[in-house]
Amino acid sequence: MADAKVIPFDDDRSRAGASPRPSRRRGSGSSRRKGESAVVREVQPLPGRARPQDDVRVTREQQPPQQPQDQPGDRSSSSASSHGGAVGGLERRVAGGLSFLRRRLTGDYEVDDFGYDAELTDQVLMSLVRPLYEKYFRVEVKGIENIPTDGGALIVANHSGTLPLDGVMMQVAVHDNHPAGRHLRLLAADLVFMLPVVNELARKAGHTLACAEDAERLLERGELVGVMPEGFKGIGKPFSERYKLQRFGRGGFVSTALRQGAPIIPCSIVGAEEIYPMIGNAKTLARVLGFPYFPITPTFPWLGPLGALPLPTKWTIQFGEPIRTDGYPPEAAEDPMLMFNLTDQVREQIQHTLYKLLVQRRSVFF
Amino acid sequence: MGKVVLVTGVARQLGGRFVRRIQRDPQVDRVVAVDAVPPEHHLGGADFIQADIRQPTIARVLAETNADTVVHMDVTGIALGSGSRTTVKETNVIGTMQLLGACQKSPTVKRLVVKSSTNVYGSAPRDPAVFTETTTPKSLPSGGFAKDAVEVEGYVRGFARRRPDVAVCVLRFANILGPTADSPLAQYFGLPVLPTVFGYDPRLQFVHEDDVIEVLRIASHDPARGTLNSGTFNIAGDGVLLLSQCSRRLGRPTVPLLLPAVTWAGSLVRTLGMTDFSPEQIRLLTHGRVVATNQMRETLGYQPKFTTAETFTDFARVRGPGLLPPEALAGAVDRIAALPFAPFPGSGGTPVTAAVTPTTAT
Repeated sequence: MADAKVIPFDDDRSRAGASPRPSRRRGSGSSRRKGESAVVREVQPLPGRARPQDDVRVTREQQPPQQPQDQPGDRSSSSASSHGGAVGGLERRVAGGLSFLRRRLTGDYEVDDFGYDAELTDQVLMSLVRPLYEKYFRVEVKGIENIPTDGGALIVANHSGTLPLDGVMMQVAVHDNHPAGRHLRLLAADLVFMLPVVNELARKAGHTLACAEDAERLLERGELVGVMPEGFKGIGKPFSERYKLQRFGRGGFVSTALRQGAPIIPCSIVGAEEIYPMIGNAKTLARVLGFPYFPITPTFPWLGPLGALPLPTKWTIQFGEPIRTDGYPPEAAEDPMLMFNLTDQVREQIQHTLYKLLVQRRSVFF
Repeated sequence: MGKVVLVTGVARQLGGRFVRRIQRDPQVDRVVAVDAVPPEHHLGGADFIQADIRQPTIARVLAETNADTVVHMDVTGIALGSGSRTTVKETNVIGTMQLLGACQKSPTVKRLVVKSSTNVYGSAPRDPAVFTETTTPKSLPSGGFAKDAVEVEGYVRGFARRRPDVAVCVLRFANILGPTADSPLAQYFGLPVLPTVFGYDPRLQFVHEDDVIEVLRIASHDPARGTLNSGTFNIAGDGVLLLSQCSRRLGRPTVPLLLPAVTWAGSLVRTLGMTDFSPEQIRLLTHGRVVATNQMRETLGYQPKFTTAETFTDFARVRGPGLLPPEALAGAVDRIAALPFAPFPGSGGTPVTAAVTPTTAT
């Protein structure tokens, strides 16, 4: 089962086989070299999230690494001595926690129009998922420099894994690895917003409905938007079709990006396909429950809740070279041919990177 | 020769306030206040005419007064006093039809302002997060006040088509709150314990009464230079509050109930006549609703004085503290913080803070 890496290259559609890199047709010379270096570059383990923080901010010498560094004004107290620093750090953490608690209890915090609660996401939700990200899936992130430091951009990724854990991991990956600590605003299926609890958490974590209006509004505000255009076709595909990209919807994400002139950043996620190997689909049960599919994995309905535990695969998330859309005239968003071409370009770039990463991968679990 | 403004629905607080305010405007000669019942509050010297807008008499009133501006504020969600839902619906829909018919016959009417509501967008999980004036909702409201508002707007569009010489302004107000607001949502926030839908935290938007009056005034007069005051506009304060935030700022505890239980409890409460907890109200408190106000700023040229949060603060100030006043909670947390070394040996506050603090912020 673990031989997913030996997918032959000619397994892709015929056009992809015809030329080795058709997706780079549009790229200019300089960007082409840069993109190749980003893609072909050897696998180097990215540091955890402690490293980028060290890069950004010079820490005091005696400061324990696990101390929160949120308030710049508090840092003066920590530099007294190592002992005093440790006690001060603990006190500061308690004080910070209490003031957080105070704000939460009195409702004194802000949410944006989409219901995104930045404070809750940073302080609670992210740290709940982080163990899964760091310890369980050991996500390795490449090409984070392809994400711009500011301004709107659309990250387009493959979708897999029966449950949308890949979106959540991508959000943590962007936030923890990007030097500017950018927040990814994911576009989610309407099913997410119908389920109780799930919709509440999704809104607070900054997700919103996958529709052109919301995507455009977010891009207009200069947010980083993440979309998985395969949708249910991608996430609910059987295990035998792993790492084969499905149709990219109707390409709505391209016209949205074109209208806003936001770059499209292809993103390939390896490892999510094997967390729940879906060997069957109970269609009748799915229809009864109103879900698009009901997965049957080697463990899931049989072992009960234990079967809902994902397999501890090793993940790699690679952000590819951005595809610029600001050079097109305004009416380009209405041009279906251009839209299909760009959609194919993005799709093939993701598929190609997926194959590359699969060849480089040593094993599914390590 | 000044204007003659005819205002409907003046027996309500908001209508009364608007009548008193617009009378002070220099370009207004006379204000004719119309309602089916005499108002309890004073109208500041406006001429009150007791007429039911569901009856054809409204045409005679309009003709006799030679009104050139009609402000239709009698589109409301809850009955005044002890009216039933049927009466409210008739006033909303039949009343609007009669009023529009009268306006169509009147040669003097130059301007029509209709107070509508963002309820026309409904509330559904499949809708975009932010509604603009042109968004078509995925599911139209099935009944209640929201459906009335949709129908009223339909009739107003028909009128605008038949009388292109009349400037028509439809103002879609978000939930109106303020010291004297009597909207269903204000009643809801008056409950000692707020029932909520388990697993949903709706986004709410409020508009302050003062802003409502100002916007109505702007729409009733000739547009200022560079602005346009005919068309459809969303009117709401800046920003968004979650229902959980509202309850915490108000100091009223919430009771999360499963959605079927909420629906059932809502119908029970409605039957008992305690408060109008209508199905569309439940949908609002499940999925929430946020509208874009760019048109209000750019085309109508109005900047609301109160944000959503400030509106709510003003509302909460008048309502008084609830069972769990935020000041008391904040004070309790401060007292824990002030205790020297108290949080360390596992007192009550520690588990929470320990769970929260090890995270590093951005």
